[in-house]
Amino acid sequence: MTDTSHKSDAEIIAPKLAEKSRLRVFLDSDIFYAFRRSPVAVVSTVVVLILVLSAVFAPLVAPTNPFDPSSLNLMNGFSSPMQPNAFTGDTFLLGTDDQGRDVFSTILYGMRVSLFVGVAAVLLAMVLGITLGLISGYVGGWTETIIMRVADVQLTFPSILIAMLIFGVAKGFTPVEYRDQMAIWVLILAIGLSDWVQFARVVRGATLVEKRKEYVEAARLIGRTPFAIMLRHILPNVLSPVLVIATISLALAIIAEATLSFLGVGAPATQPSLGTLIRIGQGYLFSGEWWILLFPAVTLLMLALSVNLLGDWLRDALNPRLR
Amino acid sequence: MSDPVLSIRNLCVEIPTRAGIVRPVDSVSYDIAAGEILGVVGESGAGKSMAGNAVIGLLNPPARIASGEIWLNGKRIDTLKGDAMRRLCGKHIGMVFQDPLTSLNPLLSIGDQLTETMLTHLDISREDARKRAIAALEEVGIPGAAERIDSYPHEFSGGMRQRVVIALALCAEPSLVIADEPTTALDVSVQAQIIALLKRLCRNRGTAVMLITHDMGVIAEAADRVAVMYAGRLAELGSVRDVLTAPRHPYTHGLMASTPLASAGQPRLHQIEGAMPRLTAIPEGCPFNPRCERAADKCRQAPAPRIVDGQAACWFPRVAEEAS
Amino acid sequence: MSLISVRHLTRTFDVSKPWLNRVIERRKKAFLTAVSEVDFNVEAQTTYALVGESGSGKSTIGRMLVGLLTPTSGDVEINGVNLASETDAAKIDHIRSDIQMIFQDPFASLNPRWRVRDIIVEPVAARGGDTTGLAEKLLEQVGLSALDAGKFPHEFSGGQRQRICIARALSSEPKLIVCDEPTSALDVSVQAQVLNLMSDLKDNFGLTYVLISHDLTVVRHMADRIGVLYLGRLVEEAAPEDLFNNTKHPYTQMLLEAAPRMDGFGREAKLPEGEIPDPINPPSGCAFNPRCPLAVERCRTERPKMRDIGNTRVACHLAE
Repeated sequence: MTDTSHKSDAEIIAPKLAEKSRLRVFLDSDIFYAFRRSPVAVVSTVVVLILVLSAVFAPLVAPTNPFDPSSLNLMNGFSSPMQPNAFTGDTFLLGTDDQGRDVFSTILYGMRVSLFVGVAAVLLAMVLGITLGLISGYVGGWTETIIMRVADVQLTFPSILIAMLIFGVAKGFTPVEYRDQMAIWVLILAIGLSDWVQFARVVRGATLVEKRKEYVEAARLIGRTPFAIMLRHILPNVLSPVLVIATISLALAIIAEATLSFLGVGAPATQPSLGTLIRIGQGYLFSGEWWILLFPAVTLLMLALSVNLLGDWLRDALNPRLR
Repeated sequence: MSDPVLSIRNLCVEIPTRAGIVRPVDSVSYDIAAGEILGVVGESGAGKSMAGNAVIGLLNPPARIASGEIWLNGKRIDTLKGDAMRRLCGKHIGMVFQDPLTSLNPLLSIGDQLTETMLTHLDISREDARKRAIAALEEVGIPGAAERIDSYPHEFSGGMRQRVVIALALCAEPSLVIADEPTTALDVSVQAQIIALLKRLCRNRGTAVMLITHDMGVIAEAADRVAVMYAGRLAELGSVRDVLTAPRHPYTHGLMASTPLASAGQPRLHQIEGAMPRLTAIPEGCPFNPRCERAADKCRQAPAPRIVDGQAACWFPRVAEEAS
Repeated sequence: MSLISVRHLTRTFDVSKPWLNRVIERRKKAFLTAVSEVDFNVEAQTTYALVGESGSGKSTIGRMLVGLLTPTSGDVEINGVNLASETDAAKIDHIRSDIQMIFQDPFASLNPRWRVRDIIVEPVAARGGDTTGLAEKLLEQVGLSALDAGKFPHEFSGGQRQRICIARALSSEPKLIVCDEPTSALDVSVQAQVLNLMSDLKDNFGLTYVLISHDLTVVRHMADRIGVLYLGRLVEEAAPEDLFNNTKHPYTQMLLEAAPRMDGFGREAKLPEGEIPDPINPPSGCAFNPRCPLAVERCRTERPKMRDIGNTRVACHLAE
């Protein structure tokens, strides 16, 4: 054995104490240590937490419910930020849009839609990608060939195009009267299906590595079924790269949703997302009502950027070779 | 005796970690004379490779030389930086690692790698360099050297690759070769060939060799002197015959006795209880004291004595009569 | 009856390139014969060692013994049951629970996400057995503390992990443990501890070991009978004292000569000739003939059969 082969030297000695909880293990881990020492990671986590919490609790945080017609006053339309409205004297933190809706409130509600679509789409992509990746990596042979070739073909198209295609096809199947209600779900399906490939590829690669390890052989020897081995042995060990991709994918999914909504094929105006808000706002940019566009755009930027930075940091922290 | 080629004095290597500063190499001193093979032996984490890496300036940050001196051919080298260090190492120190693939560039033919190395460090023409490269490959026992000189590393077997690495390490005519576990990845029959080759070439050229290994048998067959390391410190230093046949340090004694060969015919192997301490938890006093049968209060309080050649870092060394 | 009986065991691997490359480069399919026509028996409660260099097929045989690989041809019978051809599921399950394995790399053989307790009892839990207190009892039997059951593998050193592997192997109360290079990743002093533990457990539980190793000294210390493999073929099989003192096969002689010795100060060993040949195109006749100092014409054309000479079995035309 050489000095360099295993990192046991630098590891901290484990005192013979009572059993540690999972939380304790996490708090003592290298990754949490690295987290505390990285300002970028801490700041982006804080930003993400603030944005997510204010979106989740939007009904409590937002000053008005912008989608309750009874609370709207058309006279408040086009109020500038922080300036009392000329007619009603009401003041709005980030101004109002053409219908007199409070921009701050619409952003909070819009972020809800954006985050919901993003998270749900990533979850869908993750479940699909992990399942297919695990199966193709562990089973191999023709199963693997078919799954991975489908993935390759899908990779040759830009994912936004695929999402638009799926969105269009799905919309064609939905009856007209349900279209607005179903739009969000169709959006999730479209983004999720366009995004599973990278999960499948990474999981397959990690599975190929893990399945050669001796602990998997030990489980096979006992007579464990392939399903049990994939689920209980391999899956927990391929999750760390998945976590990284999921975080970065979340940022991309939020942007993809915004792009689709901006193009008018996403969230309907009755349930606007940040992308819808930006689309609405851009019509007023050159007539001087800049705030209708700017604030949703800045929010989208902050959300996507901090999630992305967090993902980048995670990738570096989980993969010491990149440092 | 003439001046040593390599002289290490009180070398300390430190790594700052979460749990404080650890010392994988602590106050290590030894010399290697021209034409001599010094075996550096120890178990995982004993610091034997780290000491070798410190000599050639290959410590991975944040590891650094905290104190001590390294002299090569009468020139102090631990204070050299960057380019000066690289040039000096390339010319005067050859390296042979455990995995031959890490020391060979997979994209260059072995002939190119040999000639480039020689052209950088020796004042010769390209034609001469090529001739010498072929001669070097012949010398390390590669059949058909003239035809195979334009082959790439992956076209050779593991044993042949290690021969190429040895040719590469020796082609600039260094005064010191550091061989870090050169045969660990090889089969027994190939290992014997490589050890014999290394021994023959260095003896003929008068090259000093630092042979780092965990294998006592390899040390016995190849080395002239041996440095036994434990928990980053020298446990014992002396001629290979003395150390292996009459070990003075209880650790060396235990290590020798726990090899299956030494226990031939006995139902159980001799056992040293416990394990080498982690670097973050090296005991007070002599680092071996918790595992030592001879340990007394003094061993738990005072650090083991510093040693010179032929001594063991132990307050109560074994004397010759005791040796089995 | 022997606990294990291996007859004409052969395993080939398809190492061909993908079919498209084969079509373009006009290559044929390539097969690597990792194990070729190996026969041996292992008696209950003994240690049988398989020793050889890389490519000798020793690990492949081990994996076939435990059922991780199926033989291409030939049979492995354990307690009279052939795992590859037996159709009675209950019988197979019964035999499987009698066989366990200890692996080479203690850093890869424990699932890093599982607690030691779950790792150790898995062989029992997978069959729905009662696991209360089992891990703690086994940990103490292999020289660790019962408190270690709640820890994760990364908190242990290589030697301690190998003890955990041994505890896992013991949990289903097996009769046979195949040990694939159990100590080659360990330091000498730790190796001694693990080998001693293995000897003790063998006596206490009446275990049978198949020990796979490249280290002649370990094999000599542990084994009751040793089989020497070269390029997938069994070349010599004998008890340790016969193998080391009355060596019959020239390959075994070469191995013994080449192995470093603790007392070999400045020894000029008789160096082995050449290297192990490519197993995809093994030499004709006796696989060792290109490196053998004694080889005659017959060795190049006719593969030697296993012959009994005294208590030694040897596959060499010239041995006597």
